Amino acid sequence: MIEIININKSFGDNHVLKDVSIVFDPGKSNLLIGASGSGKTTITKCIVGLHEVDTGQVLYDGKDFGKMNRKQRKELRKEVGFMFQGSALFDSMSSEENVKFPMVMFSEMTKGEMLKRVDYCLERVGMNGTNKLFPAELSGGMKKRIGIARAMAMNPKYMFCDEPNSGLDPQTSILIDNLIKSITEEFNITTIVVTHDMNSVLEIGDKISFLYNGEKYWEGTNQEILNTTNTELKHFVYASKFVSEIAAAKVKSR
Amino acid sequence: MLLGKVFSKPEKASIYWNLVFDEIYILGIGSLGIVSIISLFMGAVITIQTAANIDSSWIPAYTVGYTTREAVIKEFSSTIIALILAGKVGSNIASKIGSMRVTEQIDALEIMGVNAPTYLILPKIIAMVFILPFLVIISMFLGVFAGYLVSMYSSLLDPADYIVGITYAFEPFSVVYALIKTLLFAFIISSVPAYHGYYTKGGALEVGRSSTAGVVYSSVAILLINYVITQLLLI
Repeated sequence: MIEIININKSFGDNHVLKDVSIVFDPGKSNLLIGASGSGKTTITKCIVGLHEVDTGQVLYDGKDFGKMNRKQRKELRKEVGFMFQGSALFDSMSSEENVKFPMVMFSEMTKGEMLKRVDYCLERVGMNGTNKLFPAELSGGMKKRIGIARAMAMNPKYMFCDEPNSGLDPQTSILIDNLIKSITEEFNITTIVVTHDMNSVLEIGDKISFLYNGEKYWEGTNQEILNTTNTELKHFVYASKFVSEIAAAKVKSR
Repeated sequence: MLLGKVFSKPEKASIYWNLVFDEIYILGIGSLGIVSIISLFMGAVITIQTAANIDSSWIPAYTVGYTTREAVIKEFSSTIIALILAGKVGSNIASKIGSMRVTEQIDALEIMGVNAPTYLILPKIIAMVFILPFLVIISMFLGVFAGYLVSMYSSLLDPADYIVGITYAFEPFSVVYALIKTLLFAFIISSVPAYHGYYTKGGALEVGRSSTAGVVYSSVAILLINYVITQLLLI
């Protein structure tokens, strides 16, 4: 389980996170939602240690990340899979090499075992046959799926997805959502998804935390979000008339 | 601080050796063409200029060969080649690492638990320190050889006098001095642009700026080190 307690983070005069506390449920899709600039990505970067928090604690199964030494952090990171907004695939490596990379660096697997695992991961994300393609030869959706394959290569305990649907067509977006949901459930991973895509919120949000101006304003499930009375969240959820209609239909059908 | 991280223990030595060989090929062997062209023209021009400027019969004919050898070995092959490679290799290193930074590839490495500075920078430093002395030695031979070609195909000097000149009063320490400088230049060419690339912030425009800064700072550092080493070793 991942828990953040009263974390604060500033960049110069810009106080980005203000006393944010969230418990991320194990084996569930935990969504961080909010408008652009609300601090969603900063929270995930603080959790994985790309940013150091100013005050507060990040706990992995009760262990304080801030108090871990370099070796302990390194060990922990082997249990973390991260899918970046822009995929962050290594340009100089093929899909196969990208997925294989964490295994090459940190496992004692044989070449055959690694290739078997790569093929499994690529097949799992529907990208079999793309082993020899380089990132420049892949579409945005394909890159995201390879990114997920790389994130799951080492059987992670925790998976982070930063804006997995950004820049994707609706069909691919749904495919990515379903993929994240199924991987989370199948391997019992604690998944944290940063998004502002309302479709993702309604489809895969087991637990949703809404951030507004660097503060946590609301917490609940995708069942509860449509009936919220929180004004800021309402503005966020019902910003699009189309979403309002879908939401109304969903409420009606329950 | 960055250098401290660069020289920390790598995750798997075998992977790093492969990376070093890749970098030797990309940064070193890939520069062989430009080094050869520059060295040949540099040696030829030094020979022509020296020969054209000596018009006193009191100065021995072998002076042209002697001057060419001394200039090429002591200064041109090490310093000029280092400056050229600071541009070619330095911009390559800074832009490659800078692009990785702005596209979050370095973040991806760090989240996986890979020591990104060691993984990205150490193989480049080792490769340059290893391969640059070979490139400089090749450059020395080509520079002096180009002078010989000038003596053969022009009426400025006699090839026999040129051969006497390039062997006259040869001190092996000249080569040692040039190679000591080369090792320091190799470190600068690989580490200074890597630093600028690693700390790139922003987007494509900033990658370009980092690349420029890497080349400018490493070139200035090469000139300063050249002056200091020359003062220390030759005076």
